Amino acid sequence: MTRFLIPLLVFALIAVFLWVGLSLNPREVPSPLIDKPAPAFELAQLRDSEKVIRNVDLKGQVWLLNVFASWCAPCLEEHPHLVALAQKGVAPIYGLNYKDKREAALKWLSKHGDPYTGIVVDPEGSTGIEFGVYGVPETFVIDKDGVIRFKHIGPLTQAVLEQEVVPLVERLQK
Amino acid sequence: MRIFGAWLLVLFSSICLAQEAPSATDDPVLEKRVKALSEELRCLVCQNQSLADSNADLAVDLRNRVREMMQSGKSDEEIRQFMVERYGDFVLYSPPIKMATLVLWVGPFVLLIAAAFAMLLYVRHRQRRLPSPSLTDEERERARALLSE
Repeated sequence: MTRFLIPLLVFALIAVFLWVGLSLNPREVPSPLIDKPAPAFELAQLRDSEKVIRNVDLKGQVWLLNVFASWCAPCLEEHPHLVALAQKGVAPIYGLNYKDKREAALKWLSKHGDPYTGIVVDPEGSTGIEFGVYGVPETFVIDKDGVIRFKHIGPLTQAVLEQEVVPLVERLQK
Repeated sequence: MRIFGAWLLVLFSSICLAQEAPSATDDPVLEKRVKALSEELRCLVCQNQSLADSNADLAVDLRNRVREMMQSGKSDEEIRQFMVERYGDFVLYSPPIKMATLVLWVGPFVLLIAAAFAMLLYVRHRQRRLPSPSLTDEERERARALLSE
């Protein structure tokens, strides 16, 4: 009896490990920045390079930081969801225009819609490094105290927004 | 033959490209340090390459950041810390031993010991099951007859 049972158990164990392991997304590296204060930045705005946005100015409200670029194809994929989210007015969405050209970004936004309350530019990607960005688009939820509470790597989907982002934002706003 | 030559050209040109690592300073000691450290850091875009091997945009940026930090007098450990704070333990090719990584470090040895133990049990079991090679008197007689022929 054990002659058959042991290989069967070993097989089941390996199958479970592979089932779970292969269905994980290796690109989703857990961010060490969760529950840490968002890195401080003071960056020029995309629409008006004379003005700056500092993240300390945004304290007291729950806001989203969306890292995007006009050259990034998956950004276009998530863009309609962001536009819809902005229309619902759940929370202000700030954009970090990552390693992009000003004219290209402005053109992209006028073509595909602009969901952002404010957009800052990071032409060298140095603020991106501070935020641990490695795959555009990335989206952060930052609470009233300026602490990062959630990070999503890759394009946002309707499911992620409805099941994770919006409930979290509503909870943090209380 | 001509096609073969063309392929050879393609092959070599790509090798040349790959070796063309942009070096921002003329200081060979610094460049060596940058290279050594970026070899133990993982590129998060192409996860099976180190920062030193990868030519992804982010890898180039991070290599430059490593170089800048070294120029401003940061130690290797401080730079490693900087990367871990932003990208997690995952950037290290040799992750630190702690609760979350214990399985990773100890797992293979546990498996090895378990396998050795299983083999030992199996061999013992098998030895017991096999009949001992003893001959009856009749067989012994026959063997002797055959051998003395």
